[in-house]
Amino acid sequence: MTGVELSLLLRRRRVWLCWALLCALPALVAVLLAVTGLAPPPGRGGAFLSAVVSNGQLFPAAALALVLPVFLPITVAIVAGDAVAGEASVGTLRYLLVRPVGRLRLLLAKLVSIMVFVLLAVLFVTVTGYVVGVALFGFGPDAELGGAGGVTSLSGAVLSPVDLLGRTALVVGYLALCMLALGAVGLFFSTLTDSPLAAALGVLALVVASAALQPLDAAGVIEPYLPTAHWLAWIDLYRDPILWPSVREGAAVQAGYVLVAFGAAWANFATKDVTS
Amino acid sequence: MTDVIATRGLVKRFGRVTAVAGVDLRIPAGIRFGLLGPNGSGKTTLVRMLLGLVHATAGEVELLGEPMPRRAARVLPRVGAMVEGPAAWGNLSGRANLRLIDAAGPGGGRGRRQRVDDALERVGLGGIDRRPVRAYSLGMRQRLGIAAALLRAPELLLLDEPTNGLDPRGIGEMRDLLVALNEAGTTVVLSSHLLGEVDALCHRVGVMDAGRLVLEEDMTMLRAPTGRVLLRTPDPAAVVAELNGRVVERSGDLVVVRHDDPAALNARLVAAGVRVAELVPERRSLEQVVLELTGHGADRVDTSGNEARR
Repeated sequence: MTGVELSLLLRRRRVWLCWALLCALPALVAVLLAVTGLAPPPGRGGAFLSAVVSNGQLFPAAALALVLPVFLPITVAIVAGDAVAGEASVGTLRYLLVRPVGRLRLLLAKLVSIMVFVLLAVLFVTVTGYVVGVALFGFGPDAELGGAGGVTSLSGAVLSPVDLLGRTALVVGYLALCMLALGAVGLFFSTLTDSPLAAALGVLALVVASAALQPLDAAGVIEPYLPTAHWLAWIDLYRDPILWPSVREGAAVQAGYVLVAFGAAWANFATKDVTS
Repeated sequence: MTDVIATRGLVKRFGRVTAVAGVDLRIPAGIRFGLLGPNGSGKTTLVRMLLGLVHATAGEVELLGEPMPRRAARVLPRVGAMVEGPAAWGNLSGRANLRLIDAAGPGGGRGRRQRVDDALERVGLGGIDRRPVRAYSLGMRQRLGIAAALLRAPELLLLDEPTNGLDPRGIGEMRDLLVALNEAGTTVVLSSHLLGEVDALCHRVGVMDAGRLVLEEDMTMLRAPTGRVLLRTPDPAAVVAELNGRVVERSGDLVVVRHDDPAALNARLVAAGVRVAELVPERRSLEQVVLELTGHGADRVDTSGNEARR
């Protein structure tokens, strides 16, 4: 069933369009920066944007920071919201279930397919970010400081390219986990309705609500448990030494979201009357 | 003969609406069974419960001798079904759809290409190209849906409106296909609005109305003569004179006579010198039976009186 799900995912034009658009936005920003040379001053604008002009290798981080707040959640909401509700609305859900595909297996396959989608999304953005960044901004003058291609970390120390690659891999994993948490919530919403649009909008509503509560002092008690609260912890992975506590806490909360949302999806779907 | 389907006191309520209200249905193996009833009479909900898509509020379902939905994983691979019209992933070709449906279930990929080709061939889509299903006509989708149900050579075929969207020639083809499958040992259960279809195809029918099974009967019993004879003659007055007291109804040259033996009746009339143009024992049509037994479908909502509250 997982193979069937992945095959369905990869043959959907919408999915490739999502990936293409995710990669297009940072590429556009890179081209604009390269043409005008007007990088935002340090401390303003998107994370890392001020630094990329001097070193293209940092552009993947800047690209992720660009798509993270809105673009990435939208694509995850679309794909995850479609997971069960989409099958229900075209009617293939009933044919899968009488084939038979066990309901738990179906949900697990859907979760794996969402996982593959978010992982590839983050990976594609990172890779295009790297290619575009290096092509437009080069390896940067820091090369003399820390050997060939060295990059200054946010804490001032110089990272070797290998170190940078390892950290970027960690960032990809961390952000994919954050998005998977959102995707699992989308999967749950998708079992509640037969409308993929409603499920997707539900996910976006959660993101917006969480982002609205986050800066509020009165919401301080629940702040660490908001889904968006730890989205920026990945930046700590570029510090030297890495600030693990925030990353670890973020990963735990996001993993909790995956478990709880998947459990809720299973609880709802296991005994649901499929009348679509 | 064993039963392929057996339900006991099957009830399904959706909130305050009772869709199925205590159905005891038995369908023996090897026959062609027709499930009839107006829209909203609970046919589809019943079929969905048989397949484990909808969970019964009360009662039991046995499919191929196993309890459902508990043994769904064991029973359903032996059942082919089409519920409420065909469905397919519109962006993929018909063949790709069947491959994925085949791969989704248990049983492995061995012989998949052959299975898919055979199923497409049987429903008359053998030469189908790579066009996406989105571009298929209603009839082609219908054929694809039936092909999907046939994929794993099921022992039991459950088809909801299998001829929907097919032209008369297509309907004939499907009828031939279902008869051939049935003669090869597959039990065929179909629900339909087209009484003519069921009449031509089924050995036995069940009629549902307002969530209840109001009739379960062999077609031969339904078609048994009613004990009346329809008689067409150029001189009806002579018939009435000859058969005084037995004539039930007369309109123009048509006379309805109460009589058990049409052959004897004919001999008597001819002996009396009455000319007979046409003489048939009256049989109830399936349509009459169904219309007598059932009320309006749930899709008709009258404005006033008791009818609206039925």
